Amino acid sequence: MTTVSRRRRRGPGAAPYLMALPAVVLFIAFFLIPIGYAIWLSLHAMRVRGKGFGVRTEVFVGMENYVTAITDSAMYEALVRMLAYGVIMVPVTMGLALSFALMLDVPRVGLKGFTRISIFLPYAVPGVIASVLWGFTYLPAVSPITRAFTELGLPAPDFFGDVSIYFSIANIAIWGSVGFNMVVLYTALRAMPAEVYEAAKIDGASEWQIAWRIKIPLLAPALIMTSVFSLIGMLQVFSEPNTVKSVTNSITPDWVPLMRIYQQAFIENDVYLGSATSVLLALVTVLLSLAALAVFRLRARRSA
Amino acid sequence: MNRLKIVPTIVLVIGALYSLAPILWLVFASTKGPGELFTTFSGFPSFNGGFAENVSQLNAYGGGRFWKWTLNSLIYAGGGAFLTVLVSAACGFAMAKYRFHGRAVILGSLLAGVLVPGITLSIPQYLLLSSTGLVGTYWSVILPSVISPYSIYLCQVYAAASIPDEMLEAGRVDGASEFRMLWSIAFPVMMPGLVTVFLLQFIGIWNNFLLPYIMLANDDRFPLTVGLYSLLNRGASQPALYTLVITGALISIIPIFALFLFLQRYWKLDLVAGGVKG
Repeated sequence: MTTVSRRRRRGPGAAPYLMALPAVVLFIAFFLIPIGYAIWLSLHAMRVRGKGFGVRTEVFVGMENYVTAITDSAMYEALVRMLAYGVIMVPVTMGLALSFALMLDVPRVGLKGFTRISIFLPYAVPGVIASVLWGFTYLPAVSPITRAFTELGLPAPDFFGDVSIYFSIANIAIWGSVGFNMVVLYTALRAMPAEVYEAAKIDGASEWQIAWRIKIPLLAPALIMTSVFSLIGMLQVFSEPNTVKSVTNSITPDWVPLMRIYQQAFIENDVYLGSATSVLLALVTVLLSLAALAVFRLRARRSA
Repeated sequence: MNRLKIVPTIVLVIGALYSLAPILWLVFASTKGPGELFTTFSGFPSFNGGFAENVSQLNAYGGGRFWKWTLNSLIYAGGGAFLTVLVSAACGFAMAKYRFHGRAVILGSLLAGVLVPGITLSIPQYLLLSSTGLVGTYWSVILPSVISPYSIYLCQVYAAASIPDEMLEAGRVDGASEFRMLWSIAFPVMMPGLVTVFLLQFIGIWNNFLLPYIMLANDDRFPLTVGLYSLLNRGASQPALYTLVITGALISIIPIFALFLFLQRYWKLDLVAGGVKG
């Protein structure tokens, strides 16, 4: 025993630092420095110095880029479109994921394994490929849906209409993310002690009542966290509209905030403005997450 | 009383059909040659050798470029995920099992790191990597993917839950160095968790679009996502390419489905759920 305590007193020395070192170095190189550089860029701009054909140099411009960013009307329109998309995507994804998870958790449900894997499978499909898939089923020339409607003599639905485009894009994201959220919620349900339900069952509660009164409240923490991830996903939506843009003119190159930032930085070659906008987006994301965390803590304290 | 519950079963089956239908459509559509795609009902397969024709055209496209993309995706996702596991496991183990100065700082920074959107990082990463001449190389996609705060967090949670302190004490009594214990005790015990981290990260990198889209300009370095996207873009003026995109999309999801189904029993999703439960 003395050896153990003596060794423990000597401690592990530099070992834990060395173990954490690769991660810390990479984190500094690919997170901290880029973030610092993004902030630096956002406060600068390329300006022509002197009169006539002066040389373009990088100058400090203070908050100018931020003013441009928040008064950018294209960005406002992009934000509105993102919200319209999110109002569909987030509740439907969470609603479906929760319903499927609860139904998987009901005793004596058939085809559990098959349905669980099938619903989870789209998570493995890259957003771009999912958008290609759905994009083609929306495209009148190829769409089996359009074809079926025409064969039946019905007017074919327009998936790229002013309103329907939001549902079309949201559907791609919903399809890809319901499964993952379902499995997370289902796993959280399975981790709950069975006695909780047994008592309710003895009291004659129906499965519906158990789900509504016991399971959903117990799932609240997992639900809040998965919803926050969905909200962050909404703020960062890019692949789906950017890919579907290839098959329809209904999607402009600045359709959602991330596409607008990409346009600013890489098409208009203004990395300074692009950085300012992306820093603002990062701030919104962080604030949103902190707010969710605060709600989370408040709930936890109340129930404790 | 032992009857099957009808309503939940039906709802789940509808959910499964919704999830499988587009994939099934992809299989059907890939059986159609360029002439058939726009003329026949794509909700039903054709049996005129269209699939074989599409595959051979895909092989021929750009001198086997599609397979180059597939190989690239495997390099990015496989290499990146492997390095992520090594880096994250060591860091997670250190944070779970040692109390050292700066531990809280690392933990806090990592947590904050999860929240920073990819684009905020990608623009400066692109500029920084282009000043070092790495832009456009394999490393420009792999290196930024290796650091994954979420993977480190999962490793820490898993190490804390699965490695008893007594095991490490016993190792110390036997005179093992701390690194020896990381390699011979921690890694094997953490293996189920590490497989999960590998899979999540593999899928994450395989599916990533923004990072390679920003970093790469050369067709030959594209992963499948960016490659098929560029093919789709060209298809807007050349609809014959659509059959290639469809066949390519189908082939591109086969390896990841295989990995997914094959490794299903190794998934430790309670780990992810535990993370979510906080």
